[in-house]
Order: sequence, then structure tokens, then C-alpha cells
Amino acid sequence: MKLSTKHLIAIEPLKKADIDLIFSQADEFKEVLSRPIKKVPSLRDITVANLFFENSTRTRLSFELAEKRLGADVVNFSASTSSVKKGETLIDTVNNILAMKVDMVVMRHASPGACQFLSERTNAVVVNAGDGTHEHPTQGLLDAFSIREKLGKVDGKKVVIVGDITHSRVALSNIYCLQKLGAEVMVCGPTTLIPKHIESLGVKVEHNLQRALEWCDVANMLRIQLERQEPGIPYFPSLREYTELFGLTQDRLNALGKEIVIMHPGPINRGVEISSEVADGPNSIILNQVENGVAIRMATIFLLAQGIKRVS
Amino acid sequence: MIIQRLCRQLIENHKDFSSTILIGLQPRGIFFSERIVEELAKSGHKVKWGIVDPTFYRDDFRIHDKPLLAKSTDMKHSVEGMNVVLIDDVLYTGRTIRAGMEGLMEYGRPKSVELLVLIDRKKGREVPIEATYVGKEVESFDNQRVRVMWKSEGEKEDHVIFLND
Repeated sequence: MKLSTKHLIAIEPLKKADIDLIFSQADEFKEVLSRPIKKVPSLRDITVANLFFENSTRTRLSFELAEKRLGADVVNFSASTSSVKKGETLIDTVNNILAMKVDMVVMRHASPGACQFLSERTNAVVVNAGDGTHEHPTQGLLDAFSIREKLGKVDGKKVVIVGDITHSRVALSNIYCLQKLGAEVMVCGPTTLIPKHIESLGVKVEHNLQRALEWCDVANMLRIQLERQEPGIPYFPSLREYTELFGLTQDRLNALGKEIVIMHPGPINRGVEISSEVADGPNSIILNQVENGVAIRMATIFLLAQGIKRVS
Repeated sequence: MIIQRLCRQLIENHKDFSSTILIGLQPRGIFFSERIVEELAKSGHKVKWGIVDPTFYRDDFRIHDKPLLAKSTDMKHSVEGMNVVLIDDVLYTGRTIRAGMEGLMEYGRPKSVELLVLIDRKKGREVPIEATYVGKEVESFDNQRVRVMWKSEGEKEDHVIFLND
């Protein structure tokens, strides 16, 4: 068994077998992470560059920890402190980094398709850590992995993704990943934040949060991506109105008469899309998602690294 | 027969097994270590048992054409200060055992480590590793693979096969 892909750019082209393989290896890495010594030497001769052209805390730390716990050497790069500010193009920046003998590139970029572009023009293995509004594949994997861990399986489960679907790369990766694993997916949000024709991906659309919650087993709450929304366009009248209609509160959960699993990819805007009571409540697996993120990224990097042949 | 003899040797050296832990190496040492544990239980010896997967510690990662996949590790006991008996079915180059030992050390510093194997392929060692307890020594060619098939994995009876590559 090996992955059907050389790079991890998106969930869309992956096969179910790829996802199952990543999950089975992530199980083993979760065990590694529970050991007194949380490190294995598998990738000791691999160098990974983390190129973050966009801000990130969780994902960058998670990737860096995953790489270090596999024994890889890690170099970090963030756009704010680099030559990008001096006008260097993406391909030049990356080729300069690769000239320093880097084997794998983990990249986050504001432009959709940036990782695809890079993978076609370099020899290094490329892992997408979020490209604009396109995909965030490791987040999709870790969300599905967390559902599998909490509910035993993903197949047949009903998952609603609530919030700013239009500007979310997490939503798209989640939709592809969950559907490949046999889950039913619904998106919920104001009409202005749901892409037109999203039904063509086979998802249900609902504009009433309460009805969506009654339908689902799992609710994945997304943040309003203010930084990606075009300035000057009023997607909704006010944040307060958004919270009134689409914010997840304990009262809404209590009204359901059933338990549902609450997820959030972070960063949380407490009191906007989710109340503190719910985010910290017993049904929330938000911190488990973060924990599983390291195991999923270790598994992904471990499997992709096997495609880099050692030359002697 | 061989398993009974190996168990008697273990009992001789480890007495009541109070500070001993048996560790099966993934993937195929598991079946053998289960048999040893069963056999010891017959004579009233309760032993601590664990599973270690050497995959992450192998030195042929990214050299093989076939990808290496991790299998489960199950270590409920610390090995700190314990007498460890590593168990595998076939000893050949010694590299798996080396990787297994490295994996083992992540769980503490054992007092001693011994190696128990069912089959010792005498020729072909690539690292200086020898077994403490040997079930049977066999002569084999380099292009052969030696595989032990176990009843517990659905075979009619335990047997050893030689496969030509």
C-alpha cells in the first residue's frame, strides 16, 4: 500500500484508500505521541521547509512539531520577514530554498492553486497547508479523523458545516474528505456566504441553523473569514445579527433533545460563531482536533517522504 | 517441542519472571511471542508482555521499493530496570532486531536485553547481533526467504517454509 499521489495538494483527487492509509498510520503516530519520548528517527535525513506566506499559528506549529517528531530538519519561513517584501516571485523564492537541498515544502499561500503551480515546477514534495479559498487538505483529514475517533466511524454520519463557506478552504476539504468516507454533508449559513451551485458537490444547503442542527450528528463551526471578504461588500448586516442567526449557543443545543459533536478548526471568535460555553463544553472536540492534527500531519509526511528516494 | 524447550530455558534464567518482560516484534514475532506466553502460562508463569513495531527505526526507510508501513505498538509496561526478552520468528541480517532495540529504548532503560528467535539463519548477518535462545538453526541461501506460518493465523499446523525469490 502506498499513496496514489506524490504531493498533497488537495483532498479532491485522493482515493478512499489513501485516506484510510493515512488514518491507519495516524493511529500509530498517536501512540508515538503518548510515549515518554515522543520522537522517532524515520526522517532524520530529510529537510522540510515550512513556507508560510499567510499568517498561521496552529497549522505552522502543528506541521513543525510533526516534522520534528519524525526526526526531520526544519526550516521556517514567513512572508512578513522575507524577500517577498522586496519583490521576489514565488517560484524564485522556492527555487532558492530548494537550492539549499530541501526535500519537502509545506506551503500556505493566499492564492488558490499556488501549491499546484509549485508542484509542477519543482522536484520537492509539496504539501498544501492552505491555499487561499481552495483547500486545506490536512485540516480536512484531521477533522474526519477526529469524527472517526469520537463516533467510531465516519460512514453514514451527518455533518453540517456552518458559517462562511464561500471563503473557507476548510469547508471544501471537509466536504471532499467526508463524502469519500461515506458521510452526508450539509452546509449552513447566510445565502451570501454559501457559494452558488454548491449543491453540485452533492451537499445539502440549509439557511436555518436550528433545522441543520436537528438533522446532524456533528456540527463543524467555521469562522467568518473577514480577511478574505472583499472590502466594502456587506455580506451580512452586522456581526450581532450573524450571531443571532448562526451563532451556536448552549440554548440552541439544549433545545435539540440529542447530543451532537461540536467542532471548530480555529481560530475561534468566541461569542460570534460559537459561545464560550459550547466551545468549552463536554460535546466539544475542538482541542482533540488540534491534538490529532499533529498525528495526521506526521502520517501524511511519513507516507509522502517514502516517495523521496535516497540517493547514495 | 521446540517451544517447550525454549520456555524451560526461559524459566531457568528468569525464575518467577517478576522483573521480566517479553516483547514481540511486529509483524511476525507477535504470533511466536503469543505462543511463548501461552506455553509459560501452562506451567503457571504469568509474564508481562508487549508489542514493539520497529518500522520507525529501520535503516532501510526510503531504500525499499515497497513502502514501509507502521503496525501497532502496545506497551503497557515501562521497561525501566527490567530484563527484556525480545522475541522474533526469524533472525537473518539482524537489522530488524537492531531497529527493535532502538524502539524498545524509548520506553526506558532496561536492565538487560536478550533475544529469543525460533529460526536462526546462520549466514547473512549484517550487524553483530546474536540470539540468546535459538529454536532451530537453518542453512539457507541469500535468495531465499524463510517464513514461519502459525496455527494462530489460520494455518492447519505450525510450519516453516522456504520461498525462492
